[in-house]
Amino acid sequence: MLDLTYTLPKPRVIAGARHDWELVIGMEIHAQVASNAKLFSGASTQVGSEPNSNVAFVDAAMPGMLPVINEFCIEQAVRTGLGLKAQINLTSAFDRKNYFYPDLPQGYQISQLYHPIVGMGEVLVEMSPGVARLVRIERIHLEQDAGKSIHDMDPAMSFVDFNRTGVALMEIVSRPDLRGPEEAAAYVAKLRQILRYLGTCDGNMQNGNLRADVNVSVCRPGQYEKYQATQDFGHLGTRCEIKNMNSMRFIQLAIDFEARRQIAILEDGGTVHQETRLYDPDKNETRSMRSKEEAHDYRYFPDPDLLPLEIEQAWVDDIAAQMPELPDAKKARFMGDFGLTDYDANVLTADLESAAFFEAVAAGRDGKMAANWVINELFGRLNKQGLAIADSPVSVAQLGGVLDLIASGEISGKMAKDLFEIVWTEGGDPAAIAAARGMKQVTDTGAIEAAVDAIIAENPGQVEKARANPKLAGWFVGQVIKSTGGKANPATVNEMVTRKLGL
Amino acid sequence: MSIDTDTARKVAKLARIRVEEADLPALAGQLSGILGFMEQLNEVDVTGVEPMTSVTPMRLARRADVVTDGGQAGRVLANAPDAREGFFAVPKVVE
Repeated sequence: MLDLTYTLPKPRVIAGARHDWELVIGMEIHAQVASNAKLFSGASTQVGSEPNSNVAFVDAAMPGMLPVINEFCIEQAVRTGLGLKAQINLTSAFDRKNYFYPDLPQGYQISQLYHPIVGMGEVLVEMSPGVARLVRIERIHLEQDAGKSIHDMDPAMSFVDFNRTGVALMEIVSRPDLRGPEEAAAYVAKLRQILRYLGTCDGNMQNGNLRADVNVSVCRPGQYEKYQATQDFGHLGTRCEIKNMNSMRFIQLAIDFEARRQIAILEDGGTVHQETRLYDPDKNETRSMRSKEEAHDYRYFPDPDLLPLEIEQAWVDDIAAQMPELPDAKKARFMGDFGLTDYDANVLTADLESAAFFEAVAAGRDGKMAANWVINELFGRLNKQGLAIADSPVSVAQLGGVLDLIASGEISGKMAKDLFEIVWTEGGDPAAIAAARGMKQVTDTGAIEAAVDAIIAENPGQVEKARANPKLAGWFVGQVIKSTGGKANPATVNEMVTRKLGL
Repeated sequence: MSIDTDTARKVAKLARIRVEEADLPALAGQLSGILGFMEQLNEVDVTGVEPMTSVTPMRLARRADVVTDGGQAGRVLANAPDAREGFFAVPKVVE
C-alpha cells in the first residue's frame, strides 16, 4: 500500500525592502510525444535531419492539404492522463489558435482550448522524505509544435526549418500550486520521470522535447491561503509568463529573478503588467517579449478541418490495463520489499533502467546489500566514466556473482571491491576469477589463531597498551589481516583478538 | 454586435491585411452587417441540442504512426520567395 502521508514544504519567502513576500508558480509543460510521425501528417519526427526534409505538404500548409490525426499520439495523451490520475475526456475537439510568425506556416496552431483530451489530475512532488506537495493538473491537451528559426546564419535574414512543425506536443497545465523555485524544478523532474516511465515522452530537455512555460506572481504572506480557500485569483498578484525554459537550473534562476523584479516594482508603488517574458541565462534576467504582446489576441475557433475526437471507454480501459508500475508505487515497493531507505529508493527508481537492474541483482539476494553495491560501486563507477546503465561493463549476473561470494563468506568486502574492479576492466565470471587469483578469505580458525598468537607474542608493548585502552585492539586486527595477505575474515579475527587479549 | 473602425483596424492588423484608413468605416459597416445577419441564429432556442459537426455520422479519421511522407525539401521550398541552404529565408525576426 502506498503511504501518502506527508507534510507540506514551506513556501519560499523573499524579504523585500519593506516586508516579506511569497511566490506563486504555475507551469505549462510542453512534452513532445514519442511518436515516429507527426500529429497530423506522415512526416518523420527524427531530430538532426537535413532542414525541411521531414516536411509533408500538410506541415508546410500548402493549400488544400488536410490534417489526419495520428492515433498513437492520442493513445500517448490518454496514457499520460492515466499516469497523472486524471480524468480522460471521451470527447475532445481541436481549435485553431491564430497568430503570425515565420515558423508557423499555417498562420494558426491546431490545439485544444475548449475541450482538451485530459482533465483534472495530480502529481505528488517530494521535496525530502515525508515532505511533499500535491500539485493539481488542470488539463492536458494535444497540439502542434512550431518550426525552428535560426537567427545567426545571416546578418539580415532568419532561416526557418519546418522539420519540427506539426510534431505532437502534450501541453500539461498545472494549477498555481508551486511555492518556490526548488518546488518548480522538482515538479518538472517528477513529471519528466513519470513521462519516461510511461514512455510517452523521452524527456530530453536539451533537444527541447520537454520545455516549460513558468507563470510567476508574488503576494503577501496569507494571501495564498485565501486563494486556496476560495479559488479566487483576486487574492494573488498579477503573473508574468516566462517562456520556453529547458533547464532545471535556469528555471530556478529565472523564477528567483522574476520574483525579485516584481517585488521591486510593487514596493516602489508600481504595478506588475501581465506579459510574456524571456529568460536570458547569460545576463541572468528576464525581459519582455513585446512582439508576443500585440499578437495575444489568438481568436480561437473550432478547426473546421477536424471532427471532434471521440474515443471509447473500452479503449481507455485497455490502455489502463497496460500501465507500467509508476515511480511512487515502485519506490514504496522497494522500501517495503527490500528494506531500502527513502534516499536509496529514490536513487534506484530515478529511471526504469536503474530500477530494473537493481531488481534483477536483488532477486534472491540481500536487498540492502544489493542497493549499496548498485548505488555506491556500480553507479559511482558509471558516473565517473560518464556511462549510462545500459552501457555498464558489469552485467547483472556478474554483480550478482560478486555479491554471492560475499554472502557465502568466501571473500571479504575489501576483496569484493578488488574483484569488482577486475570484472569491470577485464570481464569474466567473478567466482572463476576469485578462484584463479586465490581471492579467498581464511575462515579456518586454526590458521587465524596461529597468526593472532604470533602477533600478540611479538608485541608485548602493544598488548599492555591495548589492555589499558581496548580501542587499540584494532591495531592487532589490522596486523593479523595484513599477515594473512588480507585473506583473514575480519569478523573472525576481531572476535579472536578480543578474546585473547582478555578485553 | 457592431464593429467600429477601431475594431476593424485591429482585426485587419491581426490578419496581416493592409486596409487604408479611409476604407475602415465601410469595412466596419460590412463586418457589422455580416455579424448582424448571423446573430439572427440567436433567436432559435437550442437548449439541449448537441452541436452538429457533420451532416452524416462520421468518426474522425486516424492514421497509424508510420512515416509515409517527407524527403521533399526541394518541393516544399519551391514556392518560397527566398530559400537558402535548405531553409526558408525570411526578413530577420529577433526577440
